[in-house]
Amino acid sequence: MELRVSAKKQLGKFHFSADFEIKGRKIGIFGPSGSGKSTLVSFIAGFRSPDNGSISLDGETLFDSSIGINIAPEHRRIGMVFQRSQLFPHLSVKNNLLYGYKRCHAIYRKIKPDEVIDVMQIGHLLKRGVSNLSGGEKQRVAIGRAILSNPRLLLMDEPLSAIDESLKLQIISYLKNTCDVFDIPYLFISHTLLEMRIMADQILSIAGGYVKGMVTAEELARGEMRNSGGYTNLLNFTGPHRVSDVYEYRWGNQDIFVANNGGPPATLFELPARNVILFKRHPGMVSTRNFLKGVVTGIFDMGTTVGVELQLGSKKLVAEVTKKAASQMDIKIGLEIFAAVKALAFKPLFRSREP
Amino acid sequence: MPEFSHSDYLAILLSLKISLVATFISLPLGFTVAYLMTFKRFKGKVALDVLVNLPLTLPPVVIGYLLLLMLGQNGWLGKWVLQPLGIKLIFTWKAAVIATAVVGFPLMVRSIRTNMEMIDRRLIQVSRTLGASRFDGIFTIIIPLSLRGIIAGSILMFARGLGEFGATIIVAGNIPGVTQTIPLAIYEYVSSPKGDSLAMALCSVSIAISVIVLVFYEWFGRKMIKRK
Repeated sequence: MELRVSAKKQLGKFHFSADFEIKGRKIGIFGPSGSGKSTLVSFIAGFRSPDNGSISLDGETLFDSSIGINIAPEHRRIGMVFQRSQLFPHLSVKNNLLYGYKRCHAIYRKIKPDEVIDVMQIGHLLKRGVSNLSGGEKQRVAIGRAILSNPRLLLMDEPLSAIDESLKLQIISYLKNTCDVFDIPYLFISHTLLEMRIMADQILSIAGGYVKGMVTAEELARGEMRNSGGYTNLLNFTGPHRVSDVYEYRWGNQDIFVANNGGPPATLFELPARNVILFKRHPGMVSTRNFLKGVVTGIFDMGTTVGVELQLGSKKLVAEVTKKAASQMDIKIGLEIFAAVKALAFKPLFRSREP
Repeated sequence: MPEFSHSDYLAILLSLKISLVATFISLPLGFTVAYLMTFKRFKGKVALDVLVNLPLTLPPVVIGYLLLLMLGQNGWLGKWVLQPLGIKLIFTWKAAVIATAVVGFPLMVRSIRTNMEMIDRRLIQVSRTLGASRFDGIFTIIIPLSLRGIIAGSILMFARGLGEFGATIIVAGNIPGVTQTIPLAIYEYVSSPKGDSLAMALCSVSIAISVIVLVFYEWFGRKMIKRK
């Protein structure tokens, strides 16, 4: 997916200005509330037009004020998932799902209803009216409906912001897995760092109506760590199997042990960098289940502490230590070091699709 | 109970016919005006709003007189459009339909508009991203979601049409069997000696029809709430 936007718009006292080009399939748009994210989305979807500028997607001009082109939203083939599910209240779940599919030209109908119903696990809801669904079910149907319109780009405008905190992880797991399964390029809009890191590879950062620039998810996490209470590692493990009271995973070429919290095993975990303990030498017998050998590849300032980036085979892990500890341990790039992580330190998020 | 004459029965049937036809011909226009007022921004919106609602505040006789001026032989529409086409409206049941339609039109528009204003604009945006054209969205989203207002507005207009008097008598006259509706027949009986009992009998018919319409309106309203 290649998206080029050059747009200006004056909305009362708010001035929006964007000029960027992005290539990729998992793009995030990150910024605080009122920064212009939704304005940008409405330009791309075609709900609003910039005062002047141009927008093109995969080489096709969607809008160009200089030559008077403004493709109608229904001809852009851009799907959309809103904050609220926005299901059609007079239609059943099935008819909501098929609304876009029926209107999609046969040559674009690559994703079939049965596949989406299966991935979204909404087969048992098909005959029901939408007013009888829970918040999570509604959003799953809304995502399914957007995907079934077989869009060439999916816009997701804060799709989790109106959902109960307890359901957010469930819905984001559906979102991520579905987009991965059907390989749909998307723009994911959010002001939440964790959502952005889970969903996006490249992130467009917006503030005050201006596009600040493009960063990777990792750069965003490091940039935002002061606002988010420190750096948190986001780790994707594979193939859990139960060993006694813990689950054993593979992470690159290492085994990782994670405590069994009673629920179904996740594969995506959060690990706060401050829960990683560094040792210069192997300390021998300790209660910590995970002892990982790595090499220091980066050191970055975190205010009162420092972040130590470790290369563990093909994977990276960040540990947060005090400046004094870093100094006493003489931590420097290239140093071989051991990282200890308790099996209890991982916070399970959800089970994601095997890469 | 006094015996109704043939023209009394015709008056009852004509009342129903005129109200029904007026309601049906107003429906597409009423929907269009409500749609424009709800979803569109344009110059002259306030003027259109005033024009549509004017019959609510004007005396029906004034409306009838204005229609007579417009549709009559010397009226601009009568002289330049109707006469060349060989159409005569004044003092026919069709004129009564027009008078009834104009008087009841604001009730219909208001009812549809109230329902349309409750439709979340995002639903229409969603339908567009799912490939529905503006026209498609009107039929698959806006009409179903404002159906309650469309039907309620139609019932209200029909009920209002049954009682239409002032504008009708000016443009259609009071010709038994041709343009005489229930209110006009009642007026004639009240004006003539010994007509009281027949006037009362027609009043009873009028009340019965109104009660049936209003009971249907209530029943329909409850049904729609249940469905929701």
